[in-house]
Amino acid sequence: MTPPVIELRGVTKSFGTREVLRGIDLIVPEHHAVVLIGSSGSGKSTLLRCINLLEEIDDGDIFLDGEVITDPRVHADSARKRMGMVFQSFNLFPHRNVLHNITLAPTKAHRMPKSDAEAHARELLERFGLAGREHDYPDRLSGGQQQRVAIVRAIATRPRLLLLDEITSALDPELVGEVLDVVTELKHDGMTMVIATHEMEFARNVADQICFVHEGRIHEHGTSEQILNQPSTPEAQRFLRRLTDRAT
Amino acid sequence: MHSPVDRRAVRAAAARTAARRGAVIATVSSIVVIGGLIAALVLSPGWDNFQSLFLSWSNFTASFPSIFRAFWIDIKLFLIVEVAVLIVGLLVAVVRTTTSPALFPLRLLATLYVDILRGIPTILIVYLLGFGMPALYISGLPSDSLFWGGVGLTMSYSAYVGEVYRAGILSVHPSQRAAARSLGLSPAQSMRFVILPQAIRRVLPALLNDFISLQKDVALVSVLGPQEAFRVAQIYSAQTFNYTPIVAAAVLYIAVTIPMARMVDRIQRRERLSQGAGGIA
Repeated sequence: MTPPVIELRGVTKSFGTREVLRGIDLIVPEHHAVVLIGSSGSGKSTLLRCINLLEEIDDGDIFLDGEVITDPRVHADSARKRMGMVFQSFNLFPHRNVLHNITLAPTKAHRMPKSDAEAHARELLERFGLAGREHDYPDRLSGGQQQRVAIVRAIATRPRLLLLDEITSALDPELVGEVLDVVTELKHDGMTMVIATHEMEFARNVADQICFVHEGRIHEHGTSEQILNQPSTPEAQRFLRRLTDRAT
Repeated sequence: MHSPVDRRAVRAAAARTAARRGAVIATVSSIVVIGGLIAALVLSPGWDNFQSLFLSWSNFTASFPSIFRAFWIDIKLFLIVEVAVLIVGLLVAVVRTTTSPALFPLRLLATLYVDILRGIPTILIVYLLGFGMPALYISGLPSDSLFWGGVGLTMSYSAYVGEVYRAGILSVHPSQRAAARSLGLSPAQSMRFVILPQAIRRVLPALLNDFISLQKDVALVSVLGPQEAFRVAQIYSAQTFNYTPIVAAAVLYIAVTIPMARMVDRIQRRERLSQGAGGIA
């Protein structure tokens, strides 16, 4: 049996005396999309940053394709090369144009020939409606376009796993759709993903599993039907009720 | 009756009148202020004396050609030291911004380097190295005092420039580093391809300001004796008991620093514009 793409066992993380993650267990099989929901400060972002090894975990283990990546002897860069991450605030490189944002990691970290990297980048840009934008700098693009470029940049290295950290939270409402469409398309391609989001409709559409994160723990998890329609814990019920109240 | 076209014409006419009046006021006030200053100078009791001591034309024409030739030493020294300062300053800044425990000794050395060299007046560093190093008679090391003066300037300025670079590196938002690392770039690659290009762009005006300052401070090597512009001017001045040669040297420095200052202004303006269009990414 092939191991899951990513597996977390008892992961804890504190910042100073503040415990942000208090023992997270999570299994993400290949081609699955796991959606993390929960209020701000519940630990969703920290969880994603820990998986990407941007934060060092205090205890527990994280496995990527069955191989432990949180062992101090494992080289973090080699693990990160197999993951892609997209951030809430895009984090495009403002001094590089769209094409060079995308080809930086393939050419420098993966030693891909420049022509191959550029051809692949153009292919992806074309596919996600960004053809002709190759030579624009990020500040010439709308927020939605910037975030789509950031997604393309993250998948240009053909990662095993894509981490999406509230990628529509910084966008104007009318731009959210175009970004989520890209993610939905990647889901259809079979991309394995861990997604932190507040967009419940989107969660319902793409999630194979939804995890409700509360006070640093996965408080409740299940299919989107279970979690979004019949949450069993009072905390999850309260969280979802607050969201629906706000929407109406 | 007012049609929109009338209003536009009226506004344009009013703007033209205001612009004309502004120009007249600026001209008149300039004439009054500058004329007043010149009059005060020329009518002062010491003017004749001043003129012959500082602004003697015959003295100027006699000394200027050799001062101008000597000025090339300053220019050459400036250009070489500038390149060295850029490299050493960058190294110091990069070392100081590392976080790896293994690099702690290097970080400590870089911090000491900056603290000590910024704390000593440049002229003392130039003097100590320029006279001190040749006196050691270490074989293999140059004994040319101009060389060591250049090293002294490099050390003093690289400490300042290192801090300018460091401010730039620290001003790049941590999310840029996170994005670079998340793509699998190594710490060195993140620095080289993501952090530094942004950092240098931000501190470019400050760097150029330091170079205007360096351009003048190359005159400090005159204490070591090489026949550069200030030294040659001093010699002329001492022979003729006249300060015009020093003024001639000053004119040469100004001829280089003013265009540099305008260039800095231009770059600063451009940066402001591009930042206005950019915002945070």
